[in-house]
Amino acid sequence: MSKRTLAVAAVAGFVMVAPALAEARDQIRIVGSSTVFPFSTAVAENFGRTSGFKTPVVESTGSGGGMKLFCAGVGTEHPDITNASRRIKQSEFEMCGENGITITEVKIGFDGIVLANSKAHSPFALTKKQIFLALAKEIPVDGKLVANPNKLWSDIDLSLPAERIEVLGPPPTSGTRDAFVELVMEAAAEEFPEIKALDKNAFKAAAHSVREDGAFVEAGENDNLIVQKLEANPNALGIFGFSFLDQNADKLQGATVGGVAPEFENIASGEYGISRSLYFYVKQEHVGTIPGIKEFVAEFTSDKAWGDEGYLMEKGLIPLPTGDRKSMMESANGMAPLSM
Amino acid sequence: MTDSTAPTAALRRADLSEERLGRRYAAEKRFRAYGLMAIFAALAILGLLIGTIVLNGYTAFVQTHIAVPVYLDPQVIDPQDTNDPQIMGRADYQGLLRTSLRDRFPDVSGRRDRLKLYGILSNGAGLDVRDAVLSDPSIIGTTQTLWVKSSDDIDSLVKGYIDRTLPESDRRVKDNEIVWIEALEADGAIETQFNTTFFTAGDSREPEQAGIWGAVVGSFYTLLITLVLTFPIGVLSAVYLEEFAPKNKWTDLIEVNINNLAAVPSIIFGLLGLAVFLSIFGLPRSAPLVGGMVLALMTLPTIIIAARAALKAVPPSIREAALGVGASRLQVVTHHVLPLALPGIMTGTIIGMAQALGETAPLLMIGMVAFIVDIPGGVTDPATVLPVQIFLWADAPERAFVEKTNGAIMVLLGFLILMNALAVLLRKRFERQW
Repeated sequence: MSKRTLAVAAVAGFVMVAPALAEARDQIRIVGSSTVFPFSTAVAENFGRTSGFKTPVVESTGSGGGMKLFCAGVGTEHPDITNASRRIKQSEFEMCGENGITITEVKIGFDGIVLANSKAHSPFALTKKQIFLALAKEIPVDGKLVANPNKLWSDIDLSLPAERIEVLGPPPTSGTRDAFVELVMEAAAEEFPEIKALDKNAFKAAAHSVREDGAFVEAGENDNLIVQKLEANPNALGIFGFSFLDQNADKLQGATVGGVAPEFENIASGEYGISRSLYFYVKQEHVGTIPGIKEFVAEFTSDKAWGDEGYLMEKGLIPLPTGDRKSMMESANGMAPLSM
Repeated sequence: MTDSTAPTAALRRADLSEERLGRRYAAEKRFRAYGLMAIFAALAILGLLIGTIVLNGYTAFVQTHIAVPVYLDPQVIDPQDTNDPQIMGRADYQGLLRTSLRDRFPDVSGRRDRLKLYGILSNGAGLDVRDAVLSDPSIIGTTQTLWVKSSDDIDSLVKGYIDRTLPESDRRVKDNEIVWIEALEADGAIETQFNTTFFTAGDSREPEQAGIWGAVVGSFYTLLITLVLTFPIGVLSAVYLEEFAPKNKWTDLIEVNINNLAAVPSIIFGLLGLAVFLSIFGLPRSAPLVGGMVLALMTLPTIIIAARAALKAVPPSIREAALGVGASRLQVVTHHVLPLALPGIMTGTIIGMAQALGETAPLLMIGMVAFIVDIPGGVTDPATVLPVQIFLWADAPERAFVEKTNGAIMVLLGFLILMNALAVLLRKRFERQW
């Protein structure tokens, strides 16, 4: 019996002592977007290998979740850096400010969003307007918004195949979905005078609603899953990040959007219309407290990482133009505070 | 009266004819066949599952290596001739390998082609050379033929995952790379060797350098915490509830709640861990300590229920006999009931642990779903666990992670089979029939 009492006492003691262990931290902690995750982890690994600092811990929490953790306060229990596949929002910036956080913004490059299908099928050539007509919940017909009547691609345009519309895409919780809606659906909605004439909220509702009658299938956050489903079903189109198309070039082909193919050069030059910027944000208050933050930023913004032939490019990051890269590197390493 | 009811009575008499007997036998045969079919269906599905995992995953245990004759230039490794392992450790071994590749294929020119050529080696290949030099510094200044890891694309090519007959634009490995690899293959300089890295390294973004050891150690620490917490608490609660507690409304309420907790989805425990352990106690994120505590909450009901069942199975006559010869109630429990119930309790504990080993959802909330390269050295170091590692690899864009994912699943299944086999063994060996 005494043995058991001892064990219980040990456990109780352990639980009470543990908070003291939380104080010291000599390792950078990064949270945020799952899109930036592959790049952030690659830099973290190289940084850990070459700098002599501990390898940073990178969590994939999504852009919004990362911001929430990041802006919660200053102190070792809060993360030092957050990744985002969109720019920080005004509200998030204010929350950070209220908690005494000064932010440095670093734009690291671009990510293309592609529509792709299996190589067993002929390639698609689409425009943003056609994508909108295929996927919006309500589209204008004869001046009025009605539930999307298009069943076949050929209902939209006779140049498209006479096949059922079937698109696999990410769920609304995903940053890829946000970007797709903003870059494609909103942009296309602007082109319809009936929708453009609506007031701000109604426009948003019309532009952001994706149809729920089976033509658009929410296929989960895992892009590999979409890739596998496309292989199995040659009639379907999928929406996902460029790096997954790049890795699966033997099975999938990207649809051209507005006549531009989703290729590395076209996305880098901005010619391909569906690409977004990727960012990370640094908490200045932690520079000096947590060792290695400055060096990590320097590694991320070095040419061997994010340059035209850097290792991030191999991971599918589309680099900033050379001039932007230079100015961004200077502002990042100088820890220029962000103001909005 | 009796005459009029006699015919109905005759009709109700059991029909013992051959035909009816035959139908009964047939019904039984059919029932057995259904049962067998159900078992075969379950086995077939299980076989399919394990078969695909093994087929996709067995190649994770081997890795393509390339033999590179490398001149270990003292000017590069240790220019001042210090013999200091620190200085030798920092030298540019990748550069030495590149020089060697350039010498092997002298007609490759142009920056892009050169980069492609260097890319057939893993960018961690220099570490293999460094290890060779550090373990035996006397080889500096000589030319050694060393087997170093190839990059993940070349590894996929050699393992046959990339179809060499496809048009060039459709594959990740280009024509010139295939020419180099075929030249090296003709020299016998390409070999698939056992992948030790897979079992000794932490996570990596490069598939050929990624390993599961970090996750295995993380799982070990997490389960250790879970065991240390749940076993004493679970057994004590079960003993009290079963042997000492009076039967009243309160104990009924507790019993209902324990059964209820066993059915709560595990993510809820993660949310609780986030709110209580991280926010209120201020424990570190991503630590096995917190992971173990969360999983302990999750497994506690399982262990209490199993322990109570084991205690209940001890016949009352044993308690009565002990009490009869003058033992106190405490002595009855510690000397007689508990030792007899222990095999059952252990079985329940192991099954609870196996369940905790396979859990991911509650760990999501407390930051254990993270990219962690360093092998954790204690319960407060950031760590991840095996199922989380599988989840992270399944999400990675690089194709070579598919086999790593399946390989890691095989390792996890191996651990689970081991634990469940141990539970069965304990039961078989020590369980007593009354």
